[in-house]
Amino acid sequence: MVSVISKKDTEPARSDAQHARSARRRRRILGENPLGLLLSAPYLIFIGVIFAFPFVFAVWMSFHDYFFAAPGADVQRDFVGFDNFVTVATDPAVWRSFLNVGIFLIINVPLTVVLSLLLATALNRVVRARLFLRVSFYVPYVTASVAVVGVWLFMFSQNGLVNQILGPLAPDPSWLINPYLAMPTIAFFVTWKQLGFFILLYLAALQAVPQELYESAATDGAGAVRTFFSVTVPGVRSATLLVLLLATITGANLFTEPYLLTNGGGPNGASTSPVLLMYQKGLEQGNPDVASAIGVILVAFVLILALIERKLVGDEES
Amino acid sequence: MSTTGTRAQTRKTAQTDAAPVRRGHPGRTARIVRWIVLAIGALAFLFPFYYMVIGSLQTEPDPTPAGAFPNPANITLQNYVEINERISLLSGLVNSGIFTGGVILCTVVFGVLAGYALSVLHWRGRGVTFSLALLVQIVPFQLLMIPLYVLIARDYGLADTHLGMILPFAINSAAVLIFRQYFLQVPRALFDAARIDGANELRVLWSIALPLVRPALLTVVLLTFIGPWNEFLWPFLITKEPSMQPLAVSLANYITTVAASASNPFGAILAGAVVLAIPAVVLFILFQRHFQTSDIGSGVKG
Repeated sequence: MVSVISKKDTEPARSDAQHARSARRRRRILGENPLGLLLSAPYLIFIGVIFAFPFVFAVWMSFHDYFFAAPGADVQRDFVGFDNFVTVATDPAVWRSFLNVGIFLIINVPLTVVLSLLLATALNRVVRARLFLRVSFYVPYVTASVAVVGVWLFMFSQNGLVNQILGPLAPDPSWLINPYLAMPTIAFFVTWKQLGFFILLYLAALQAVPQELYESAATDGAGAVRTFFSVTVPGVRSATLLVLLLATITGANLFTEPYLLTNGGGPNGASTSPVLLMYQKGLEQGNPDVASAIGVILVAFVLILALIERKLVGDEES
Repeated sequence: MSTTGTRAQTRKTAQTDAAPVRRGHPGRTARIVRWIVLAIGALAFLFPFYYMVIGSLQTEPDPTPAGAFPNPANITLQNYVEINERISLLSGLVNSGIFTGGVILCTVVFGVLAGYALSVLHWRGRGVTFSLALLVQIVPFQLLMIPLYVLIARDYGLADTHLGMILPFAINSAAVLIFRQYFLQVPRALFDAARIDGANELRVLWSIALPLVRPALLTVVLLTFIGPWNEFLWPFLITKEPSMQPLAVSLANYITTVAASASNPFGAILAGAVVLAIPAVVLFILFQRHFQTSDIGSGVKG
């Protein structure tokens, strides 16, 4: 009440004091440089339109009877509770796809961590040919999946180079059409493809390990192996967590590789990924609500894995 | 006196001799192991690329180990002609180029603005925006695929357009974080001096900050390039019109549908793969100095 009166009284005057006060109030609400908000506005709008809204929309869709309608048509979309989730949970193909992604992660994630740390440590100590090695390590990472899938198809085909070299040891049926080997082959492919990026992450982390630790390890007479496990591995722990998380997310997002390498998740669904199923159910068969339910479950699955990984690695630095 | 001197001398040489022997031997083993590991790594990473080029040049696909060493009589460019007849390589490259160029342009323009605001200016919501830039990178795009498809292809009618391809990738959050990191390294005194001279914020950004972070521009361009140029899923969803498809999509369609009926399917696939791979590989070999490990780190960790 009091403030209303005082405001009314001073309004016509527009004194300097008031200008200063409104500037101060603006500053209190928007911060010292409100221009920052303006400069960030395009980015914030982008996040809102491309990430936040579709995210909410996806969750909403998974709880409703959503179907594709003609543009502009006003259709009723009923709330159906957990119906879509029940449809998903009773579909053996969905279970198979989650099992597949589990197989993928069990092979891909440990292999990625071990190989990228090993190669980054070796590369970090090298002076000669460092440039050449660094570039050759990340070439697969910067190349399109579609392009390298072409050469893997050729190498791992029935009469391909790999089977020719293996001779009588070649698996039958061949790699990509073998129900037990299709998913592991995809896991190896993705490990190979992504490794360069993770090597770069580890290289950055290795620069930050204090050199004195290596010196004192050497003074104490620790060998290369001992130094690796007592100095390097603990020293890059926060990078390891990052590599684990990113490798898990990449693995859960698997689509291109089963779509192209195993001809759409074959043989008989042995290499279907949840995202491939989302594409098939959502866009090919026209059930976007069911597809969104798979997506929500997938994100929950990744979140749980991420929390477990965080617990496992420990999180004191980041 | 002389004996003590000699003894001291001997002890000293013994020490200096012993030291390299004790530390040097495992050091040499370690070095050999290191080189073996690195050599196997380089071979494993590079061989498929070599094999891709060789395979694309062979008249008859030769999957035997001998096929890895080309016979000059078996070399041809016919596969490139064949793939170009089935999918237009040029229009694929142009579409990939427009898609990638659009994303890079938006990322650089809006990324610089956001990065500057996040590092130099103080405003309410700065902390939240920074957290969002980190969070957005772990949101799986695939969850958003269905709603984005509904919004962009159906509601906005942007299917089979370049804008529709570009939108979901328009601003690369890793780039925003890299710009922020570079701006943070510029001494604040430089900005303050310009402000005292009467320059407004945009002027400070354009004339002081931007020239100082020029190296970041190339890094961001390289890092952003990989995404759209190699992206398959999104453009595959929203382009059904072959003349609008980026090369990755048209090549993938060739692999899944047409290849089975071609006379030399692998030759044509590999020829297409070489054309798709070359721009990225060449760019990264030429500018590899600007693809630094520390930038990659700040791009994902902030």
